[in-house]
Amino acid sequence: MIEFKNVSKIYESGNKQVKAVDNVSLHIEKGQICVFLGPSGCGKTTLLRMVNRLIPISNGSIFIDGKDISKLNPIELRRSIGYVIQQVGLFPNMTIEENISVVPNLLGWDRAKIKKRYNELMEMVGLDPEEYRKRFPWELSGGQQQRIGVARALAADPPVMLMDEPFGALDPLIRERLQNEFLRIQENVKKTILFVSHDIDEAIRLADKIAIFKSGQLMQHGTPDEILSNPKNDFVRDFVGSDRELKRLTLFTVKDLISKIDHFQKRTTRNDYHDFVVKVNTDLRTTLSVVLSSPTGNAWVVDEKDRRIGLLSLDDFEIVTDIHTKKLKPIVNQG
Amino acid sequence: MELLDFIFLNWHDILRMTWEHIELVGLSVGVAIITGVPFGIYISQKETLANLVLTVAGIIMTIPSIALFGIMIPILSIINQGIGFVPAFIALFLYSQLPIIRNTYVAIKNVDPNVRDAAIGMGMTTWERLYKVEIPIALPVIMAGVRMAVVLIIGIATIAAYIGAGGFGEYIARGISTSYKTMVQAGAIGVSILAITIDFVLGRIQKKLSQKVPKVTRLKEV
Repeated sequence: MIEFKNVSKIYESGNKQVKAVDNVSLHIEKGQICVFLGPSGCGKTTLLRMVNRLIPISNGSIFIDGKDISKLNPIELRRSIGYVIQQVGLFPNMTIEENISVVPNLLGWDRAKIKKRYNELMEMVGLDPEEYRKRFPWELSGGQQQRIGVARALAADPPVMLMDEPFGALDPLIRERLQNEFLRIQENVKKTILFVSHDIDEAIRLADKIAIFKSGQLMQHGTPDEILSNPKNDFVRDFVGSDRELKRLTLFTVKDLISKIDHFQKRTTRNDYHDFVVKVNTDLRTTLSVVLSSPTGNAWVVDEKDRRIGLLSLDDFEIVTDIHTKKLKPIVNQG
Repeated sequence: MELLDFIFLNWHDILRMTWEHIELVGLSVGVAIITGVPFGIYISQKETLANLVLTVAGIIMTIPSIALFGIMIPILSIINQGIGFVPAFIALFLYSQLPIIRNTYVAIKNVDPNVRDAAIGMGMTTWERLYKVEIPIALPVIMAGVRMAVVLIIGIATIAAYIGAGGFGEYIARGISTSYKTMVQAGAIGVSILAITIDFVLGRIQKKLSQKVPKVTRLKEV
């Protein structure tokens, strides 16, 4: 779907050449989220902005659906790509409805279709279409503004989205909520998304694939599980942190774990009855925390209807090292 | 009250001068807006040209007004318009360029770079971006420049009386040369009332325009 072929960006600084992006080759599958991860100044934003030609490419080429973007009209190219930035950039002179309708208007959609699309998008991002229609961006909170930013980028239903740290400026609570909503929306719209982030936890939560960069070079490209369980070099190992096994636990749920345990249901015969309880769709990191805080060293697993189905102990976590998340990913996303 | 008597006796003259003054200021600033605003928007897209233009406009501002009127006389005598309305109009037009061009330029430049980035990234052409986003956001600050130019030009226009362009300057000039204090006062008060009234009206218009843009932009007057 999106292909980077030996892409470089070279800036002249005095008589020195600075390589902001250095010979990057990458392939992103249709309908997947690829997170560009790295410290600031690693070239991830530059790489992103080359896709909609906000920054010209020095060497190499980028293909979308097999088409070389340097051969496309930049205006038409940008209208076919959703663009979300950290500072949102809503137009302060326009109402929320006008903001969301910008690209459909530029594309010359008829009025009824634009209005219908506005209602649809607002429902999608969980805001009341009527309440916000005539309001202006500065009347909204940061989280609401970014929801509008995402809705605006989705307006003309572009197949590709570029997102430059869209949740970076929000407080942790709102950020997590928006990340989950974003995943829920992605379930339905299945866009091909390039997502820039410097936050490893965000990358793990959202990515199908993570691409880690250091000073313009691609360090490693793989699924969150691959990156966490098998970091390619010292830089990646340092960047994901020494708690990477713990982070890896967030990729799994209790359901994944008990599916690997033989005769899990039979464990209910034990006599200890206490209040340390986890749901089947809880992620394993939270579960581990519950198990560790339980005085008996185990926790009850309950199903969706709060029925106790079995006991989970610390030893069970050893199995996780053998589970590979690739085929379990859809389950994780729903959590 | 000597002054009130004077005004009462000469109200006909005063009305004529008010009209002459408004006509002179209105036409010169009006033409300056029509040329200056688009020009300011244009140079906001061309960084190298902007420096040159703002420098030249700045230099024009430093020429004393009486000298500028004087320079006009020999130049325009070639087409037999050495004194009167035409040289005054041209000089006032030149004076109003700086505040109008500079405010327009600064207003467009001051638009939040993230808003500009979003507009470009969403696929707006330069014209669409200016017309749909940047000019509406910049409008209150552009209006502030116009307001500044109008008040400035109302003041300078009094000096235009020396080259026979009419207006309240006539009373001031004649009053000074004949040492007639009341006449000077009448002229000065007339100009002041005119300036305050027009400034008030333009202020209301500016406020109206600001209501569509957020508070942060509203405060950024230059």
